[in-house]
Amino acid sequence: MKPARERVAGSVANFVDERVGAAKFLKKNLNKVFPDHWSFMLGEIALYSFIILLLSGTFLTFWFVPSQEELIYNGSYVPLKGIQMSAAYASTLDISFDIRGGMLMRQVHHWAALLFLAAMVAHLMRVFFTGAFRKPRELNWILGVGLLTLGIVEGFLGYSLPDDLLSGTGIRIAEAILQAIPVVGTYAAFFAFGGAFPGLVFIPRIYTVHVLLIPGIILGLITVHLMLVWYQKHTQYPGPGRTEKNVVGYPLMPVYMAKAGGFFFIVFGVTAFLGAVASINPIWVFGPYTPTQISAGSQPDWYMGWLDGLVRMSPPLESYIFNHTISWNILIPGLIVPGIMFTGMALWPFIEAWATGDKREHNLLDRPRNAPTRTAVGVMSLTFTVVALINGGNDIIATHFSFTINQIMWATRISIFVLPPLSYVITKRICLALQRADRDLVLHGRETGRLVMLPHGEFVEIHEELSPEEAWTRTSHEQLAPIPAAGIDANGVRANGVLKDRIRARISKGILQEQIAKPTAKEKLELGDGHH
Amino acid sequence: MRKLSRLRRRKITAPALLLLALVIVGNAYAFIGATVTTPGATASNARSTMVTEGREIFLRGCSSCHGLNAEGGGVAPSLVGVGAASVDFQVGTGRMPMADMSVQAIRKPSRYTAAETAALAEYVASLAPGPAIPGAAQLTFERDGNTAEGGELFRTNCAMCHNAAGQGGALTQGKQAPSLMGVEPRHIYEAMITGPQSMPVFGDKAITPQEKLSIIKWIKSVENEKGLGGASLGKVGPVTEGLMGWVGGIGLLIAISVWLATKSR
Ligand code: HEC
Ligand code: HEC
Ligand code: HEM
Repeated sequence: MKPARERVAGSVANFVDERVGAAKFLKKNLNKVFPDHWSFMLGEIALYSFIILLLSGTFLTFWFVPSQEELIYNGSYVPLKGIQMSAAYASTLDISFDIRGGMLMRQVHHWAALLFLAAMVAHLMRVFFTGAFRKPRELNWILGVGLLTLGIVEGFLGYSLPDDLLSGTGIRIAEAILQAIPVVGTYAAFFAFGGAFPGLVFIPRIYTVHVLLIPGIILGLITVHLMLVWYQKHTQYPGPGRTEKNVVGYPLMPVYMAKAGGFFFIVFGVTAFLGAVASINPIWVFGPYTPTQISAGSQPDWYMGWLDGLVRMSPPLESYIFNHTISWNILIPGLIVPGIMFTGMALWPFIEAWATGDKREHNLLDRPRNAPTRTAVGVMSLTFTVVALINGGNDIIATHFSFTINQIMWATRISIFVLPPLSYVITKRICLALQRADRDLVLHGRETGRLVMLPHGEFVEIHEELSPEEAWTRTSHEQLAPIPAAGIDANGVRANGVLKDRIRARISKGILQEQIAKPTAKEKLELGDGHH
Repeated sequence: MRKLSRLRRRKITAPALLLLALVIVGNAYAFIGATVTTPGATASNARSTMVTEGREIFLRGCSSCHGLNAEGGGVAPSLVGVGAASVDFQVGTGRMPMADMSVQAIRKPSRYTAAETAALAEYVASLAPGPAIPGAAQLTFERDGNTAEGGELFRTNCAMCHNAAGQGGALTQGKQAPSLMGVEPRHIYEAMITGPQSMPVFGDKAITPQEKLSIIKWIKSVENEKGLGGASLGKVGPVTEGLMGWVGGIGLLIAISVWLATKSR
């Protein structure tokens, strides 16, 4: 006979279970297995920093006043005493100087935002370079692109809220980008600001979007994102015993959960440490926003910096069509280029599947070297973004490394066209070289540096065979053949869409033809053992 | 012991007294010269010795560029009418004599003593009237300045070149507006009234003398501000913050992840 308390608990659990079937669900799912690799923790860093953002952000909402009404500051920061400023800016000063723990929370919130975005980008790179986005995970990849986009917008709105001189300058640029949209731009800007810039409604509006709308959507998307990971199971790196059909790793309960819980506190610790020792966004230094003022060295946060860099490097180009001025110098770098980049990123899984003809499901990850074209495209895009980002900080680089702004601008203007293709070619060569090295390793083993003199006086180096596990990891990947162009069929009839097919055959040849054939068992046998 | 200190005192007193006299007389002259035009006989004498002395120094160190009579040459502008303030600023901050003919004369340790600088200023001021060196009686920013007002004026008039926190900024064509941290109050004042190189002149109508003092007081308050909120990361804004976020934030976390993952094997 069980004690009464347990009996009650048991029957409640039973009641719930009979109606929602939770026990079966939990049993099935808690036994799920998660593989272990450091790169699988990047998504977790993003998740945890988002949680930190929610917590610290809630604290800030208790004191932040989202209003552009003007008032005279009378708080404890002397260099601004008696200055006219918006209630938003004044309340941010109060949070910084007059509310206990406020400065720490502000800094934790901002550092967590930088970490959130950085973790997402790092996570995205891991997913991209390992081919984790392939079928069946395309949808999750698209969700990820959506999350990144929302994260960037959320961050921008966040640092615009305090209404300081720096963020006001940023809003002004955002307004210019909005206005640059042909035909509707002026109206869109007028609508967003409720009249002329800066107006009185913009801060209250973006406040609602920043604390309610976007976090809500992000939370929803993260939930779906994680449920999909759960449902589709995690990918794993190739290795002995790992196939497209199984998952090798730890059970979710208790090992994985315990580790994840511990890792949350590590992320929290790093963020809190940064918030405690390193100043971020010192708005009191910039002063309140006034449209007539501007500061040298104004920069956006890094995740917007590359856009700013693109805008800064574009030459003044405008055309005048049907009574409308089209500012190409803002439109192209501010909207068209990022539009193409993000659309291309979202569609990449489908582009790749089409080009390689590989439409099968994949649960085993690629080693980046075994997909040279994809890796090269990734590095090329990164190079582009980094060059743009460098120009985004051109004035700071100029003053601190004694270059001139013009030198940096011209260097990046040229680099943005030259370096991405160059990095593409170099990356591809490096991948192929690594493939070749793998092949040599498998065939000839590892050099030991030990020399042996043969009876007739020749020196040979002893080569040590790879273990079967190591050899497997280097050879288990498959190498697809290029798709042949479908041309004229047996009856001599030209198939429909021949041109499309031919283009595809070309692309697929470009992607797949250049591979270093992995060693076959036969080659290995013929070489015999160890030395050559 | 006493002997030694007496000796030291004697060694130092003579030049120091001379220096003091020169500065006082120089300032007095500059002050009078700019306002009243009838200096007394003694001041006039001291003045002419300083002018002669200044002219000698000028001929040795400056005339190769500025011409024998400071009338300007192919490489350097005329100094007629630039005033004592301009010379005191340019020579006192080490910008003159210019080291190389780059886009901008840069700040470096001054090559001349205070006395020599005063003599040079005197000589240039004797060529034609111009802005005088602000004396200690004028630089009462501690008493007469208002920090908050100074900050507001600074953001309106100076931040677009010198950055909102006075940390300096890049201008076009390789020119720079330097950081204002650690610049002497007198030199800040002189910079405003003489407008060195690409910097505009801020006359007393644009910014009143009292407002200038406020600006100086604000700059000094920024300079002395203790790192509020932690290490300041250079006060240059999001560039260093982003770098820190990637290196000290994500970089550190990735390092921990790698360590954890290897540990668990
Ligand atoms: C190597 C050549 C060179 C030498 C030597 C030199 N200068 Fe100059 N100086 C210049 C140039 C060039 C400028 C103009 C800088 C500018 O405004 O961009 C200048 C500007 C000045 C100005 C500012 C003029 C104004 O319009 O306010 C003063 C004052 C001045 N020099 C004083 C001196 C004095 C005093 C010396 C000697 C100690 C000296 N210079 C030595 C090249 C020189
Ligand atoms: C158009 C840009 C511009 C503006 C506006 C401007 N400055 Fe400058 N400032 C400069 C440049 C350029 C220099 C460097 C001149 C040189 O090297 O001779 C400079 C030099 C100075 C210096 C000398 C610093 C040193 O290292 O010795 C001071 C002080 C100064 N400025 C103060 C101010 C103040 C105060 C204001 C506002 C009232 C102001 N500036 C407005 C461009 C500007
Ligand atoms: C709000 C930000 C995000 C959070 C909180 C988040 C969280 C996670 C977590 C915890 C995982 C499982 C562990 C892992 O593989 O790291 C995961 C997987 C995944 N994420 Fe994200 N992620 C975010 C943004 C993104 C972005 C920007 C992309 C790409 C554009 C993306 C694409 C994916 C994909 C495709 C998977 C499945 C990978 C696999 O199973 O190997 N995610 N995400």
